[in-house]
Amino acid sequence: MGALWVIGEPNADGSLARISAEVATLARSVAAASGLSAAGIVVAADPAGPAGELAAYLPRVLAVTDPDAAGNAWAVVAAERAAAIIGEDPHALVILGAGQDGRDVAGSLSALTSLGILVNATAVDWLDGRPTVEMSAFGGKFVTTSTFTGGGGIVTVQPNTVVAEAATKPGSVETAAPGAEPTLPHVAVLDNVVEAGAAAPIEEARIIVSGGRGVGGPAGFAMVQELATELGGAVGASRAAVDSGWIPYAQQIGQTGKIVKPELYVALGISGAIQHKVGMQTARTIVAVNRDPDAPIAEFADLVVVGDLFEVVPALLLALRARAG
Amino acid sequence: MHIVVLTKPVPDPAAAAERMGPDHRLDRAASPAVINGNDEYALEAALKLMESMGGEVTLLTMAPAGATDVMRKALAMGATRGVLVSDPVLAGSCARSTMQVIAAALRDLTFDLVFAGADTSDGRGGVVPAGIAALLRLPYLSNAAKIEPDAATGRVRVRRITPTGYDVLEAPMPALVCCTQVLGEPRYPSLRGIMGARSKEIATRSLADLGLDATSVGGSVASTVVLETRRAPARGATRMVRGSADEGAREIVDLLESRRLI
Repeated sequence: MGALWVIGEPNADGSLARISAEVATLARSVAAASGLSAAGIVVAADPAGPAGELAAYLPRVLAVTDPDAAGNAWAVVAAERAAAIIGEDPHALVILGAGQDGRDVAGSLSALTSLGILVNATAVDWLDGRPTVEMSAFGGKFVTTSTFTGGGGIVTVQPNTVVAEAATKPGSVETAAPGAEPTLPHVAVLDNVVEAGAAAPIEEARIIVSGGRGVGGPAGFAMVQELATELGGAVGASRAAVDSGWIPYAQQIGQTGKIVKPELYVALGISGAIQHKVGMQTARTIVAVNRDPDAPIAEFADLVVVGDLFEVVPALLLALRARAG
Repeated sequence: MHIVVLTKPVPDPAAAAERMGPDHRLDRAASPAVINGNDEYALEAALKLMESMGGEVTLLTMAPAGATDVMRKALAMGATRGVLVSDPVLAGSCARSTMQVIAAALRDLTFDLVFAGADTSDGRGGVVPAGIAALLRLPYLSNAAKIEPDAATGRVRVRRITPTGYDVLEAPMPALVCCTQVLGEPRYPSLRGIMGARSKEIATRSLADLGLDATSVGGSVASTVVLETRRAPARGATRMVRGSADEGAREIVDLLESRRLI
């Protein structure tokens, strides 16, 4: 019987990434179904903060202090320390987020251990003595259920797969030895640039208001932002809007951008071409405002308001504010 | 600057004709194949560096034998040559096998940099490049928005996109860089490029050529297996509202209220 590990991802400010709280919540349900004992691994120059936060969700968290985790690209440092803890156990099940850091750790960890990888999980269950991992393929066209042939493996999990929920009783934080000298080259971080107005990670948002070509320019995006703020959501965009320089690439949803699965997706002036659709069609509720009733988005949105978004959105803002009183 | 660009033929997302076979593997004959979109950004970045600094760009692809057609398009964009790793044993390879095979193929090539796309539109895992870098003990720089190699110092500087802005990373070459769309729009092949691509070399390598044992990689030893594939449940019917802006706004508010989203 193997172990169940959660790799905790620290934010730049020393807090725990939201995705790690979700992954840990998911790991608890897998542990309950399988009888495996779930534990977290946090690698940081100062792991106390994120490890403490992760222990709210898991019975046990191993904190590895590695000064190299600061000042170097984090993922490779963390993967090597985690590999030392996980060891050669072919039944180990390792769960982590599907964001850039999670992907980087997963790939490195697979190379360092003998474990395979299943990616972008939308559910992880336990059936007939093995983990089963559900994922969405080809932009939500198919849903597949997969498992590992060797028993254990690494799973990257999509944000918003579960709602993070603390355990009834917080777990313990233990200091873990860092293990052997690292063999992978570390990559130095010379500078850390914070850009003004950088938004929260779009993949984690529960509500996304997105703008496309129809938004017309930066001024139009101010209106998109206003609606997002009113709904308590984040701003997304189609590639056309990003290519036009109206909004940063980090906010792009679709084939060469992010895959999102929010509760609500509001598409403003977005036609819904396949390249965009593959990034958002698994959203729970999709609302579109578009001039063109024949736009592809009408084929998969729940509600399409046919009209000028510069009239509909201000009316919507008024209605929402009137309702809020 | 010698750059190897990892390129993968994928089913054309624009055709949306993907079909799964009875073995739960993608039926690659069902869809027209194109170069993975994110790989084109990596290729474009490599071509620009070759033009400004000199050197060569080599495509490295692991795919069925027919992939040479798709590789010709990348050669037409300006890549110097291609290497296609192809072996029947590799059908159904898992991400881990893919890392091992590409790492083995890279051991036979000389390069300063390896470029990979952020992920592929078929698998969307984005985990293979980090694995290749770890297997080869290469510095790994991901989420690149800017790539600046310095031939004099032998180091490469990369702007890595972070949730709050970007980090400036630096590593000695050879190194592996995972690229993003921010690097710039890929060029269209010119007519001259298309003509020239016909005579460019595509070397094919089997597992034996790479010194890999056919029982150590490929579909038969895949670390993962698909148990079931099903069509995603269809979304509900679309409600179309045509009317005044106020009516449209009210419909939206009603829907959000009924679904407890506000």
